[in-house]
Amino acid sequence: MIMSESSGSPSSPPPPGLKVELGRDRPIRLDCGVDLGPVTVAYQTYGRLNADKSNAILICHALTGDHYVADPHPITGKPGWWSELVGPGRVFDTDRYFLICSNVLGGCMGTTGPMDVNPATGQPWNLSFPVITIGDMVQVQARLVDHLGIDRLFCVVGGSMGGMQVLEWAHSFPERVFAAIPIAAAARHSAQNIAFHEVGRQAIVADPDWCEGNYLLEGKRPHRGLAVARMAAHITYLSEPALHQKFGRNLQNRETVTYGFDADFQVESYLRHQGSTFVDRFDANSYLYITRAMDYFDLAAENGGVLANAFRGTRTRFCVVSFTSDWLFPTPESRAIVHALNAVAANVSFVEIKSDKGHDAFLLDEPEFHATLTGFLEGAAAHRGLPRAKGGGP
Amino acid sequence: MMMTIGNGNLRVDLKLIADMIEPGSRVLDVGCGEGALLDWLGRTKNVDGRGVELSMAGVSAAVSHGLSVIQGDADTDLKDYPSGAFDYVILSQTLQATHEPRTVLSHMLRIGRRAIVSFPNFGHWRVRAHLLLRGTMPVTDTLAYDWYDTPNIHFCTIRDFLNLSRSLGITVERSIALDRGGKVLPLPDCEGIANLFADQGLFVLSRRGG
Repeated sequence: MIMSESSGSPSSPPPPGLKVELGRDRPIRLDCGVDLGPVTVAYQTYGRLNADKSNAILICHALTGDHYVADPHPITGKPGWWSELVGPGRVFDTDRYFLICSNVLGGCMGTTGPMDVNPATGQPWNLSFPVITIGDMVQVQARLVDHLGIDRLFCVVGGSMGGMQVLEWAHSFPERVFAAIPIAAAARHSAQNIAFHEVGRQAIVADPDWCEGNYLLEGKRPHRGLAVARMAAHITYLSEPALHQKFGRNLQNRETVTYGFDADFQVESYLRHQGSTFVDRFDANSYLYITRAMDYFDLAAENGGVLANAFRGTRTRFCVVSFTSDWLFPTPESRAIVHALNAVAANVSFVEIKSDKGHDAFLLDEPEFHATLTGFLEGAAAHRGLPRAKGGGP
Repeated sequence: MMMTIGNGNLRVDLKLIADMIEPGSRVLDVGCGEGALLDWLGRTKNVDGRGVELSMAGVSAAVSHGLSVIQGDADTDLKDYPSGAFDYVILSQTLQATHEPRTVLSHMLRIGRRAIVSFPNFGHWRVRAHLLLRGTMPVTDTLAYDWYDTPNIHFCTIRDFLNLSRSLGITVERSIALDRGGKVLPLPDCEGIANLFADQGLFVLSRRGG
């Protein structure tokens, strides 16, 4: 009953994508010490796995993303978050590569998370769900890749939190990652980013409808708190010039200010819309758990305080990408990754893309970014011995 | 493999450098531009090449061609590489634009077995004549900027460079005098003559005893 609330009416068709139950016999040992299993993983694939299973690309989604990379979202109906990049002849060419993307552990789009039922109690996990880490998410992804019979991924790619997962993959499973593309990412979550996350979490827990985390049992949803969390976060995904260009100080459907607290300004109206639509597709407790996982991420701290230690001996080919106007994961964070990779003489490319679109640039139409991805993948594919693109020039 | 950069023909001075590189070696090209030299070395000599380039457009073009290039510069990004990581570290026409040429040279010879360095020679007779006769900062084919907008902040002559190399304990394995177009000048092996008639100098360096 609780599950059906999130997956639409019982008569609606099941959302696209695949599901698999993992870890029934061998639970997943989480960083917090808890053994979790079985775990349901919702995922989607595009393209075909080749005979020697060497063309698989794992796409890692960001904080509020999901595995609907190139499918219409089952709740919002909007195109997949990277649909522009996925398809025949596109950056992630489905004629050449086999793409995999799974909803992260702790998520709310089909993979086990706090809104699911704890088999031991028959009740939703809510806040009894163990606190998870980026490393835990990657462990679960690795089990999925095992399940698909793939030994070594051709590439692991992702932006923002997805980029953190890429770094974790390269660290934890270096032999299983031929190429890695962390985009608009960091090897640790900064104090400022933790601070923004804390604002979001406090907005959720301050909502009376959160019910100490037990809103599912109470038949409520902390929509106001989650919407405010989304509004605050959304600002961090943009840039001041982008906001100014889009809205300036323009008023929303009115000639003058109203001397009240209505949404006088277009930017207010826009943010309110972002907040109110977000709550339809995202679970508040998932938001708490996943933001926490990002906060805990610090690859250097896990490796004796030296980031380079995380990549010592790596043979993975890296392509690090940042965006000039991204102040949430600014270029110096990417540069720190590059310096660490240089320190172990890793094979690394690094491009800072000029863009005024802020952190969200990795989701948007940025031709130079897409050309970089295509070129890097092309070079890596040649080194991996994959056939070249159809109709590709000499 | 990949599409070649440009028309597949390498600039004369870069071809000269390329010919010095042993097949299969590890090469770091500092100031690699769009990666023409790395592309050539990868295709013809099976070289494991990496590049560092300051301009975003250059990096973007290089990475889009499948080359391993990072956005960075010689002054800040060489210190991270471990010692002996490369067989050759190349610095072509960039030394004069670095903030700390001495530190850059030291790092090049720390992380590479050999360094290959080329730069415009400020000791060329035309440069000397320009300053002597006109009394203004020389603008020539190899030094094509006015003083107020030049990226070149540390000009040196061939003799200056050799003096610095000596003081750093660097062995100069080869010295080659080049003309404006990057072609080898058939000058006698004499520092003073090269310093007067070479538009550019090209040097292969190694650590003493290395």
